[in-house]
Amino acid sequence: MYPENYRYTKEHEWVLLEDGAGTIGITDYAQHELGDIVYVEVPKIGTHVEQGKSFAVVESVKAASEIFAPVSGEVIAVNDQLGSKPELLNSAPHSDGWIAKIKLSVPGEIVQLLSAAGYQAYLALNSDV
Amino acid sequence: MALRKTPLNAVHRASGAKMVDFGGWDMPVEYKGVLDEHRAVRQAVGVFDVSHMGEIEIRGRQALDLVQYITVNDAAKLKLGQAQYSALLYEHGGFVDDILVHKVADDYYFLCVNASNQDKDYQHIQAHNRFDAAVDHAGDQYAQLAVQGPLATAVLRKLTDVDLPPVKRYHFLDGTVSGAGARIARTGYTGEDGWEIYVAPDQAERLWRQILEAGREFGIQPCGLGARNTLRMEAGMPLYGHEIDATITPWEAGLDWTVKLDKVSFLGREALVRQKERGITRKLAGFEVTGRGIARDGYEILANGVGAGWVTSGGPAPALHKNIGMCMLPLPLGEPGNALEVSVRGRGVEAITVPMPFDKRAR
Repeated sequence: MYPENYRYTKEHEWVLLEDGAGTIGITDYAQHELGDIVYVEVPKIGTHVEQGKSFAVVESVKAASEIFAPVSGEVIAVNDQLGSKPELLNSAPHSDGWIAKIKLSVPGEIVQLLSAAGYQAYLALNSDV
Repeated sequence: MALRKTPLNAVHRASGAKMVDFGGWDMPVEYKGVLDEHRAVRQAVGVFDVSHMGEIEIRGRQALDLVQYITVNDAAKLKLGQAQYSALLYEHGGFVDDILVHKVADDYYFLCVNASNQDKDYQHIQAHNRFDAAVDHAGDQYAQLAVQGPLATAVLRKLTDVDLPPVKRYHFLDGTVSGAGARIARTGYTGEDGWEIYVAPDQAERLWRQILEAGREFGIQPCGLGARNTLRMEAGMPLYGHEIDATITPWEAGLDWTVKLDKVSFLGREALVRQKERGITRKLAGFEVTGRGIARDGYEILANGVGAGWVTSGGPAPALHKNIGMCMLPLPLGEPGNALEVSVRGRGVEAITVPMPFDKRAR
């Protein structure tokens, strides 16, 4: 369910680090909690984002939720498919439903994040699912 | 304070429904997903546990006099077995609540009121009861299930010997559903045909299961409050705390049709007459978002770049494939066809005012 090579936040984002750039999305747990996702507001390419600060908004039928950057850096790509297919966050949260790629400015930040096992242990402790 | 629970709480939890705190009630917000549930009600049939809704019973020689005094609509026009959308107002003309009045007998009126308002409503009615009438807060004596959608009658007629098709919209019968005594009303909060069934709480679980079983061949879907909200929004129906509250009058909420100034005097009448004489300065309006973004409750509405009003309810309209909302605007800004902006996280998103209901099929 939760890929071993990803890192996770307690706010339910994931990041996959490849060649100094992190691909970011929300976790399966997050998409399940949000319900049917109908709109994703992605950041502009070139935006500088800071770890822990809001950088995207995911809207379900019921509500708008801020997505927090798991790492700091510059947005170098966004998932254009989400404009017409926001439901990719529900159907493929860990792959086709990625939100943005960030070129890390503080590479050390990644080690502060949870491993797959750590995230699942966190979920088990903090939820009733 | 502990959340209040309906008799079906354990059933919802066991079936994996997502639960939320809704005005102090632990209620299912969705089962399979709001979009699927919304679609089921528009195209087939869905069932909702709305046992959190409150019931207030008014009985006695002057039951009608009390009902007339506390409500805006003309209950004297009701025939036996007829229901009416109405409202309780404060003396200053603002809403205590919006309600359904059912005439069960000449000396017995049955009110369905909003869940989180029921204690307040009961106290309000009691405080103004200067008639020979008894007021009972009967919220704990009834569970309520809503079977809604174009196939609702097909499902329900399998479970009752009451002849349902001749029952008109906003009419009801007392009968039995799967062996349990029930008040069966052709009412709803979805804009579709459908039924609201009042039964004793200890009958609720059995009835819920039998409705799901009877509805299986029609694709019935258990539905939560998420779909209930998107459905009522598409139908342009008000929700207390959003479109109406103590600071808003029926004129402002566009509910003029419920107010019968020519009936006997009622609470709030003088204030309404005065406001009408002075002229209404603001009114509820419907809008469609034409730009990219979703308007949510509480977002600011901009006219020519300046703050003019607020979104009372907003979100996606799943059956219409649009983002819609209702908003309070100064007149004449709310007239249909006006270009506006909704402030979405500081960004002006284009919108246009439109007539309600949004879903033209809504009934």
